[in-house]
Amino acid sequence: MIISEQTQAKEETRARAERDERPEPLVRPGETFRSVTDKIGGIVLAGRHPLGWWISFGIAFLLVMGLFYAIAVLLAIGVGIWGINIPVAWGFAITNFVWWIGIGHAGTLISAILLLLFQKWRNSINRLAEAMTLFAVACAAMFPLLHLGRPWAFFWLLPYPNGMELWPQFRSALVWDVFAVSTYFTVSVFFWYTGLVPDVATLRDRAKNRFSQVIFGIMALGWRGSANHWRNYESAYLLLAGLSTPLVLSVHSVVSFDFSTAIVPGWHSTIFPPYFVAGAVYSGFAMVLNIMIPLRKWYGLESVVTEKHLDNMGKVMLVTGLIVAYGYIFDMFTAWYSGDAAEQYSVVNRAIGPYAPVFWLLMLVNVVLPQSLWWPYVRKNPVPLFFAALSINLGMWLERFVIVVVSLHRDFVPSSWRMFIPTGWDWLTLFGSLGLFFALIFLFVRFLPMVSIFEVRELIAEEKEGAA
Amino acid sequence: MNDSDSLPGRREAASRPGPAPRRFWRSLDELSESDEFWAWARREFPEGASELSDGVGRREFLRVMGAALAMAGLGACSRQPQLKIVPYVEQPEEILPDRPLFFSTAMTLGGFATGLLVRSNEGRPTKVEGNPSHPSSLGATGPLEQAAVLQVYDPDRSRVVLHEGNIETFGALLDAILGEMERQRPERGRRFRLLTGALSSPTLVSQINALRAALPEMKWHQWEPFSRWSIYRAAQLTTGQAAEPEYRLEKADVIIGLDYDFLGIAPDRIKLAKAFAARRRFDRDDFGDPNTLFVAEPALTITGSVAQARLPLAAREINWLTQSLGARLQVCPPPAKGAEGPVRGWLEAAVAALREKGGRSLVLAGPGQDAGTHALIHSINQKLGNLGQTVTYRQVAAADPVDHLASLHDLVNDLESGAADSVLVLGGNPVFTAPADFKLGDRLRRARFSLYAGLYDDETADCCRWHMPERHFLESWSDTRAVHGETSIVQPLIAPLYGGISVHQLLGAFLGQPAAVDYDIVRDYWRRHGNWGQDFEKQWRQVLSDGVIADTATPEINLSPGAAPAPGAAPPAAPASEPGRDEGYEVTFAPDPTLWDGQFANNAWLQELPKPFSKVTWGNPAVISPWAAQQLRVQNGDVIRLRREGAALEIPVWIQPGQAERTVTLYLGNGRQRAGRVGNGTGVNTYPLRLSSALWCCSGVQVERVGRYVQLAETHLHHSMHGRDFLRSLPLHEFKAGKRPEGREPDPERDETLYTPTKLDTARHQWGMSINLSTCIGCAACVIACQAENNIPSVGADQVTRGREMHWIRVDHYFEGDPANPRIYQQPVPCMHCETAPCELVCPVEAAVHSSDGLNQQVYNRCVGTRYCSNNCPYKVRRFNFLQYADTKTPSSQLVWNPQVTVRSRGVMEKCTYCIQRIRTTQIQAQEENRPIREGEIVPACAQACPAGAIVFGDVADPHSEVSRLKSLRLNYSMLGELNTRPRTTYLARVEWSGEASPAAPNQKRATT
Repeated sequence: MIISEQTQAKEETRARAERDERPEPLVRPGETFRSVTDKIGGIVLAGRHPLGWWISFGIAFLLVMGLFYAIAVLLAIGVGIWGINIPVAWGFAITNFVWWIGIGHAGTLISAILLLLFQKWRNSINRLAEAMTLFAVACAAMFPLLHLGRPWAFFWLLPYPNGMELWPQFRSALVWDVFAVSTYFTVSVFFWYTGLVPDVATLRDRAKNRFSQVIFGIMALGWRGSANHWRNYESAYLLLAGLSTPLVLSVHSVVSFDFSTAIVPGWHSTIFPPYFVAGAVYSGFAMVLNIMIPLRKWYGLESVVTEKHLDNMGKVMLVTGLIVAYGYIFDMFTAWYSGDAAEQYSVVNRAIGPYAPVFWLLMLVNVVLPQSLWWPYVRKNPVPLFFAALSINLGMWLERFVIVVVSLHRDFVPSSWRMFIPTGWDWLTLFGSLGLFFALIFLFVRFLPMVSIFEVRELIAEEKEGAA
Repeated sequence: MNDSDSLPGRREAASRPGPAPRRFWRSLDELSESDEFWAWARREFPEGASELSDGVGRREFLRVMGAALAMAGLGACSRQPQLKIVPYVEQPEEILPDRPLFFSTAMTLGGFATGLLVRSNEGRPTKVEGNPSHPSSLGATGPLEQAAVLQVYDPDRSRVVLHEGNIETFGALLDAILGEMERQRPERGRRFRLLTGALSSPTLVSQINALRAALPEMKWHQWEPFSRWSIYRAAQLTTGQAAEPEYRLEKADVIIGLDYDFLGIAPDRIKLAKAFAARRRFDRDDFGDPNTLFVAEPALTITGSVAQARLPLAAREINWLTQSLGARLQVCPPPAKGAEGPVRGWLEAAVAALREKGGRSLVLAGPGQDAGTHALIHSINQKLGNLGQTVTYRQVAAADPVDHLASLHDLVNDLESGAADSVLVLGGNPVFTAPADFKLGDRLRRARFSLYAGLYDDETADCCRWHMPERHFLESWSDTRAVHGETSIVQPLIAPLYGGISVHQLLGAFLGQPAAVDYDIVRDYWRRHGNWGQDFEKQWRQVLSDGVIADTATPEINLSPGAAPAPGAAPPAAPASEPGRDEGYEVTFAPDPTLWDGQFANNAWLQELPKPFSKVTWGNPAVISPWAAQQLRVQNGDVIRLRREGAALEIPVWIQPGQAERTVTLYLGNGRQRAGRVGNGTGVNTYPLRLSSALWCCSGVQVERVGRYVQLAETHLHHSMHGRDFLRSLPLHEFKAGKRPEGREPDPERDETLYTPTKLDTARHQWGMSINLSTCIGCAACVIACQAENNIPSVGADQVTRGREMHWIRVDHYFEGDPANPRIYQQPVPCMHCETAPCELVCPVEAAVHSSDGLNQQVYNRCVGTRYCSNNCPYKVRRFNFLQYADTKTPSSQLVWNPQVTVRSRGVMEKCTYCIQRIRTTQIQAQEENRPIREGEIVPACAQACPAGAIVFGDVADPHSEVSRLKSLRLNYSMLGELNTRPRTTYLARVEWSGEASPAAPNQKRATT
């Protein structure tokens, strides 16, 4: 199947190149307004899902149950069930947090920045990317709470008026995190929901059973598609896009402050904000691809999410990946240039210390393998692209592990140096969060249109105009 | 029974006029003067049941603990008191819930006492301090003493009389004792035996003598696993009588320590440490030259770690080394084999130093060396003119010094042959500690009558027909003597928690006075024996308050300096073994640095106290040299098998740089089977390899790798400084030349900042600490003192393995140089209380805050546990409650808690507070008395325990304070000061010199800027 598809894609590319100089279409020819609406809306309304969905959802659901179990044990016994210790007081929880937050970057980038830059190709993938953002941020936000020694007191990090007249410590990067992540999540929810309203209205109108009609009716907020509605919608959406854009840059910059404002060798670095943002976009696009590639296959959306999309996303990954690689090199350079023994040792220790295999695996999967994206073949073919994206996701997780754990495990005073060895609970929580993420994605696909129907219709209209 | 801490007396004491303005401690007796008290105290049996002890002391105890204790079943094995209980109508002035009282008492280890002051909060002993007026303490303590306060509350201590494993009443035991005495009397005690450890208690000895008078043919055997017999025996050979040497380290310029960890295991170790450190006080203006310590020893000890020239040498070669030393000093003929290589260099340097210093030197050896070696050392000291100068001899303070091995052997033979069938064992757990080939346990089982009085239902209790729970020394009246005879009265701090019975009362029962209580027995003895003048009561109170009876030191033995012992009297022991022959490995046995002979095995604090250098907790790996590790192809934690004379042992190894090549050192006291819930099965029992043929060291042991691995619970995995400069040292000549211990990077200047400096230190007093790396010996007394003072929980081996030990102060060490014989650096690390603390600004909830008097504080209630502060602490002194470590479920474990310190719950960060509770208490008191805080009035627990006086705390805002003086010295430096943390805890760099040439130029006055 896949191979024939590839050959088919190749042939088409060649044929198109022969035909004329026109840009590659973002929707395959032959799709009409109706066919698109049927195709996308039908996934939700028909409620028939391929076997792949059921198996994947089943696995994800089991992992969610595992996550709930791990959380219950954690709350009952304490963070001591994890492998953390002194000096490695932050382990998987913070690694996972940073990783998920990074993944949550692609949605806003695709939706907001590409919208402002008039990148029309985003229209087929923005919905899923936005949903993915929400779920990734939800997974991420879970970890700082769980990792607290006394999670029930988490609200002390919020500035709320209280009888003790106590405020959070505004100099602490963790408080900035609270603001950054909660703002990002809130704006992302609004943005996503606003974009969803016209499509939900479509579903409301096409729904056959009463229950769906009522639910979609409530969600559609009385959308009737009047010109007034569209005008308000467009300006609201644009405003939200404008609001989200700085957040793409700020959230991961703030997350990187958790590390760069500390004095730990390997953390204390000015390169962190841009390097974290690039890394976030890198992993975010990788995750979009990891989800999109199977889904477009299962639901037959190849005509809406085309090779053009894959190609563009591959290019974004290539660029951000190079920025990340530059970050690695610059990190080493600053350590050497600082003349600081502890800083230099932390770099050397990454490469030849006890966690050296992790570091070299990171270099392989995050720097070396993604260079394959230079080849259009890899970018345009779902299977190699899928594996390249997988490699990047693994790599970005390893990068966070190296930053969090490997820096902490050997800092200033050798008497306190110690290894971090993850326990079963650490792994269960990590895979449980993956399960939660995918379970939410699969439920989203089941209950809401995963591709923006009206925006694809817009594309078709534009294509027609172009053809005419 | 014991009732001295009863209420009526206290009320009386409270109303006495004119109390001293501030008394650091007081005797229990001072509080107990009323008539009704005496009437009650003398009553032979209070109406409460015998195992219940007195009702009133108990009532007070119950008042404190309330229902929690009652529910815990403490009362389950005893009836409720039938005495009338009376509440406080008037609160006695003395007993304030927030004001602790201090009582002097003494702890006995290996027969000899260390004087203590014990803090009592609301009737509970909570903290042990040294007694400044006691010669073996001088105000300091070691870790073992500090941990005693945990043992008294140990819920695993034995609580009931047992007969053949079944619970019996004390009455039944008394019947059995009376019956036994009836049976023995006609036989004149021919088949009756008494087995004790080394005893110095005058009262107990007099009772034993009374028993011997009643049963003239009974025999008294002694067994102490680390007996000092070889030292006594040598004195017997040279001076004609068993004698205890008294070393005056403060007078010795050159010290040669031969296989003797005198700073770690000597009975007067604390006193010796103090005297030793006094010769290394580079901080003093008037300080002359330091002493130079030469050490030859098989295993690295804390004594060896502070030596200027340390020679790793097998224990069996010490005799040969001593002969070589003696020969060079023309004391004895040279041994057959000459010295080569490093041994030769060490010898020559030592001899040169000895020659130069003459009568200001000292040679000493440990109890593991034979009498011949000791006799030879005596001759060397005599030749050097040290006798009467740096070493004098006193009569042995312990009663009846005998060869413990022979003594125990006699007992075993008599039990085997049936010549003895009735045994009374007083304490000591000899079944566990006796040489394995004696099979003491099996033989005790054969006895018709056997009674063991001990703190625990342990291995010995298991082998005896009767077991009687003994009282802990904090529960009992007794008396005891320091190693040089100074006698202390042991005062109880608390009524017996578990219905223990005093050994004095037990002996009283044997003597036909089953109703006599320990208090009366001890007092009566002293009334008869002391020199009390007119007013016994007054003097007695004084003695209890002082903690030591004046003029009780054992008399000095007069050695006329000219009278050399006949050379024949002290034959150098036959050269048993020549060095260098390939005969397997030598195994040396040593008391465990924290568990001693095993008696502290159920003490979680001591189990979790990292052993010096290996920093292993909860276990006792066999210590081998890096060379042996290479030969055996093992790494830390790999199990080896040791085989000797049919005995075999499997034990994990620890590779110790500085261990003598072909030696394996085994620490005793671990691997107990009947220690209690804490001590059972931790570590490996190494006694099975300790046979009577060679108690201290044996050669020809076969060692092989087993191929198994055991995870060791270490707290310190990296022993190299990686070339960093957070631990600084300075060669002596550079120090004398006026140099400073410069770091690689200078500390930033205070005004090197872009911000307007905020003035945080607004208070009048600014607290700071100075730690002297030249005097620290690394004994870890500070660690346990801190643990006791600050309610620090023990976490267990598994959590230590995961890197979650909770100690607020740790003793770091690093090795440098040749692994075969490295230089050793030690550094105690508490919180630095940085002025610009990196931990404070990263805490999102402001749980880490700075006080106006310069303390870096952690607000437990506010802490949510992000652990960011720990990540950002470059010293890694913060400790996190990853789980619920504080035991809030066992009521008796809660009793040890200091009520002034919060008990931390799960999920909360904690760390050193500079003992803020002590600071605030003193501040409040000074304020009440409308006076300034006196210099040295506030002493944190670590500084208080330190035998070397290496830790000094005080007000850095006061330019005249001791701590300000120390911080103004050239040697002062900040650990990681280049990070601009501005630590309030600073260090005095270690001054180093080698033993090669003794320190030159005497007494230059140095500039001490």
